[in-house]
Amino acid sequence: MGETMEMLASAARTDAPPAITLDKVNKWFGALHVLRDVSLQVALGERVVVCGPSGSGKSTMIRCINRLETHQEGRIIVDDIELSDDVKALDAIRREVGMVFQSFNLFPHLTVLDNCTLAPIWVRRMPKAEAEDLAMHYLERVKIPEQAKKFPGQLSGGQQQRVAIARALCMKPKIMLFDEPTSALDPEMIKEVLDTMVGLAEMGMTMIVVTHEMGFARQVADRVVFMDRGEIVELGTPAEMFEQPKTDRLRMFLSQILRGH
Amino acid sequence: MSDITLNTAAAGVPEAAPRSAPLTQLGLVGWMRANLFSSWLNTAVTLLLAYLIIRWAVGFIEWGIVNAIWSVPNNQTQACRDLKGTGACWAVITEKHRFMLFGTYPYEEHWRPALVCLLFIGLYVVSAMRRFWRWELAIIWAAVLSVIGVLMWGGILGLSYVPQERWGGLPITLILATFGLAFAFPLAILVALGRRSSLPAIKVLCVMYVELIRGVPLISLLFMASVMFPLFLPEGMNIDKLLRAQIAIILFAAAYLAEVVRGGLQALPKGQYEAADALGLSYWQKTGFIILPQALRLVIPPLVNTFIGFFKDTSLVLIIGIFDLLTAGKTAIIEPAWQGFGVEVYVTIGAIYFVFCFAMSKYSQGLEAELNRHRRR
Amino acid sequence: MSQTTNDPRLLRAPPKRPIRLSWSDERVRGIVWQLLVVGIVGGIVWWLWSNTVHNLEVRRIATGFGFLGREAGLPIAEHLIDYNPTDTYFRALLVGLLNTLKVAVVGIVLATILGTLIGIARLSKNWLLSRIAGVYVEVIRDLPLLLQLLFWYAVLQGLPGPRQALNPVDGVFLSNRGLKLPWIEWESAHSWALLAFVAGAVATWLYRRAARAAQMQDGQPRRVWPVALGLLLVLPVAVWWVLGAPWTPDMPALRGFNFQGGVNISPEYFALLLGLVLYTAGFIAEIVRAGILAVAHGQWEAAQALGLKPTQVLNQIVLPQALRVIIPPMTSQFLNLTKNSSLAVAIGYQDIVSIANTTLNQTGQAIEGIAIIMLVYLTISLSISLFMNWYNARIALVER
Repeated sequence: MGETMEMLASAARTDAPPAITLDKVNKWFGALHVLRDVSLQVALGERVVVCGPSGSGKSTMIRCINRLETHQEGRIIVDDIELSDDVKALDAIRREVGMVFQSFNLFPHLTVLDNCTLAPIWVRRMPKAEAEDLAMHYLERVKIPEQAKKFPGQLSGGQQQRVAIARALCMKPKIMLFDEPTSALDPEMIKEVLDTMVGLAEMGMTMIVVTHEMGFARQVADRVVFMDRGEIVELGTPAEMFEQPKTDRLRMFLSQILRGH
Repeated sequence: MSDITLNTAAAGVPEAAPRSAPLTQLGLVGWMRANLFSSWLNTAVTLLLAYLIIRWAVGFIEWGIVNAIWSVPNNQTQACRDLKGTGACWAVITEKHRFMLFGTYPYEEHWRPALVCLLFIGLYVVSAMRRFWRWELAIIWAAVLSVIGVLMWGGILGLSYVPQERWGGLPITLILATFGLAFAFPLAILVALGRRSSLPAIKVLCVMYVELIRGVPLISLLFMASVMFPLFLPEGMNIDKLLRAQIAIILFAAAYLAEVVRGGLQALPKGQYEAADALGLSYWQKTGFIILPQALRLVIPPLVNTFIGFFKDTSLVLIIGIFDLLTAGKTAIIEPAWQGFGVEVYVTIGAIYFVFCFAMSKYSQGLEAELNRHRRR
Repeated sequence: MSQTTNDPRLLRAPPKRPIRLSWSDERVRGIVWQLLVVGIVGGIVWWLWSNTVHNLEVRRIATGFGFLGREAGLPIAEHLIDYNPTDTYFRALLVGLLNTLKVAVVGIVLATILGTLIGIARLSKNWLLSRIAGVYVEVIRDLPLLLQLLFWYAVLQGLPGPRQALNPVDGVFLSNRGLKLPWIEWESAHSWALLAFVAGAVATWLYRRAARAAQMQDGQPRRVWPVALGLLLVLPVAVWWVLGAPWTPDMPALRGFNFQGGVNISPEYFALLLGLVLYTAGFIAEIVRAGILAVAHGQWEAAQALGLKPTQVLNQIVLPQALRVIIPPMTSQFLNLTKNSSLAVAIGYQDIVSIANTTLNQTGQAIEGIAIIMLVYLTISLSISLFMNWYNARIALVER
């Protein structure tokens, strides 16, 4: 356990303060212990990819970070604020953490532009004109400004996910969480979303991405975390993880995942 | 496939021109063969039904039109009575239609309740149109209902005052149904949200309310309103009968509407709730901007069907002595001259109810078909 | 990586969370909200309650259910058990309850039969039949029930008096005093025959199960209908024959101003039953139609592709799936019919609501009277709800 902490400390960029700290986080669903002593530190500007078989707790872990799930033991500290039952703390954290879901979850009754401006106007108290400028800026970033007045139902899956990314970015978060962002997309649309995420990484955004896209991990990730059955089994740079897996579980997982690639 | 065509063309065999179906399959004859006469049993059923329909139609035309009496001089209904069974006495309607529609409202002021009825119809039509489905609709409702109140009561703007005891007929039915919906709807939304709340006390209260109201007949609530409400209030405080019945109808409607709204809330994908949470929206922001607009749109057809139910249920106020359309009809035939012509009166009143309910029913069916088409994309 | 019993995720139990007393704690807010709401609701209820107690005192109205033991003094025209006006209020209410059940049970059975037939007719290939059924459903559902009841009552009242009663078949008389049907003098042989019929029904059900089990064993289907015919028809008739075959018809005959003998169906009951059955059948028809349509056409095709005959497809594949969709809303309609029977008070049929209403008018005890009505209906509703939940849980399709 002690050497894990050393590993974590050395792997993180020591010059940047940690953006997210998970310290011995435990979570139960009923009697099922789904996160077991999960500890992780993510530095500001770092890109972390989390992978693992289904049921390993990777989605649960990142959903704990913005309190879509609650942890029962351990500490989660985001941007120097600790996650607890405190409502004010929670509001502050959710303003700084953006999330992109597997099923996009765009609001179908609002236009693309309204989807993006809703939270800035009502949570960050921005004037409408300013919010719309901001939204158009990010829609250009994700390369679909011409869809601003359309409704989500009129867009393709890849376009919807890019709108979802823009919507999260409009809150100017410090950290972006991605929960299997390309798993619900047809193959031809995966690339456009991944390219957007690569662009985001190049901007210096702190990102935690749960995904099976190992190509993306190799290209962009600073670290890869492998989880299985609720605990972090291995972590390291992409090169270390993919070329020299240390544990049998990771080896087995990689052989299953990479067979298609 | 293209290979085959090429081969035959190459072999010099002329391609057969596509032939049209045999004549007996097409057009009216074809349709009749398929739908009416496709088998012996089918043919027999068709012939039997056709015979019955024609016989009944002829009988109805004879009773309702050919042999009917349309008006009688001065309440001399003997001519009508002689015809009993063979001819309708529409004279009842000719004589009593104003009474059935407007009750004991002063004769010269009948234009006011008539205008009120038109306003109600206008309100329904506007609410049915898609482009008015925003929160601003509530303001339109408030405005129109206030105007209706002013018209019925009078007392200001040069209109003479008409006490509530003299109101009756169709306006009362529309008032009970529409004000009922107007107040029950917000209450229903609150109860539906409360039922899905994670706070146990609120959830239990809402569940108890809904199950209690849905388990008892509307009659018992109306009795409660007419007989028990006066006991609930401190001495000296008095609310009149119409208001008491209105409150009972509101409480009744809210319970049923709450279940419909709850269905919508449950049908909404969980991801919508989560996305709103992740963006940092508060509970009321989330509910007002994201959840309710979508959930309510999902359940508009069942909402309309429930409203049709209430519209018909307002007729129950007959039993506690409030003068709605049905009561007016029943009262019209109490006086000895007109006793016994219930069939004519009820058919006419039925026609009025039918027009309203059928229109709403068709609207709801059309809406449902449209929504299903969208969803099955 | 199999999930065996030594799954490490089952080793530790979750800890308990202590509460921090602070406004920004989610749970503290929740508790405060609940206290607020319960407080307001409780306050309103207390205010209403104290007003009521005060008003009852001032008006010298008695409270409590003591009146149930007093003499009712109210005449009841139709009663399934013995009753006369010197009986207690309790007995009067009991008679009312039985009257309600009399119309509810018969109404449910008839409405289900009629509704199912109309629902199937709606799906018929014959255009005329399906359109007529459709018109029926639409018209019935767009008219208030009370209006329909008053209409039928008016029609029945418009019938000629007993002396000119309609007499379509020998022994059947329809007048404005009701429908008179011939009956037979009931003797013990008839009771035995009825018992034999019930026993035959049970035996048929048992035989069907045994036949099915035997078919599972050796694959040979066994025909049930000959045995059923014997047990349900031949057996009771044989019992009746053996016991002397008594058959003395009791024909209604006009004596004075009305009929004597035979069995009488009052115009009130008849109008109520007719109105309720026709109205509820309209709704049941739609439910049946939706249920049958809910079974995807692919089910039919797959079953027939396997070689099953149409009756087999119906019994094994289509009906079980259709019933799942049909039964919940159907029980809701049964409940509606029972609640709607309370409209009896408008046409003079003395059901529980009508009698409770008269009681509360006579004794002045409004609260107890209405409480009785609500209690009766709540009991019926909750029983049906419980049955529904049990049934749903039993037949629920097992899903991931």
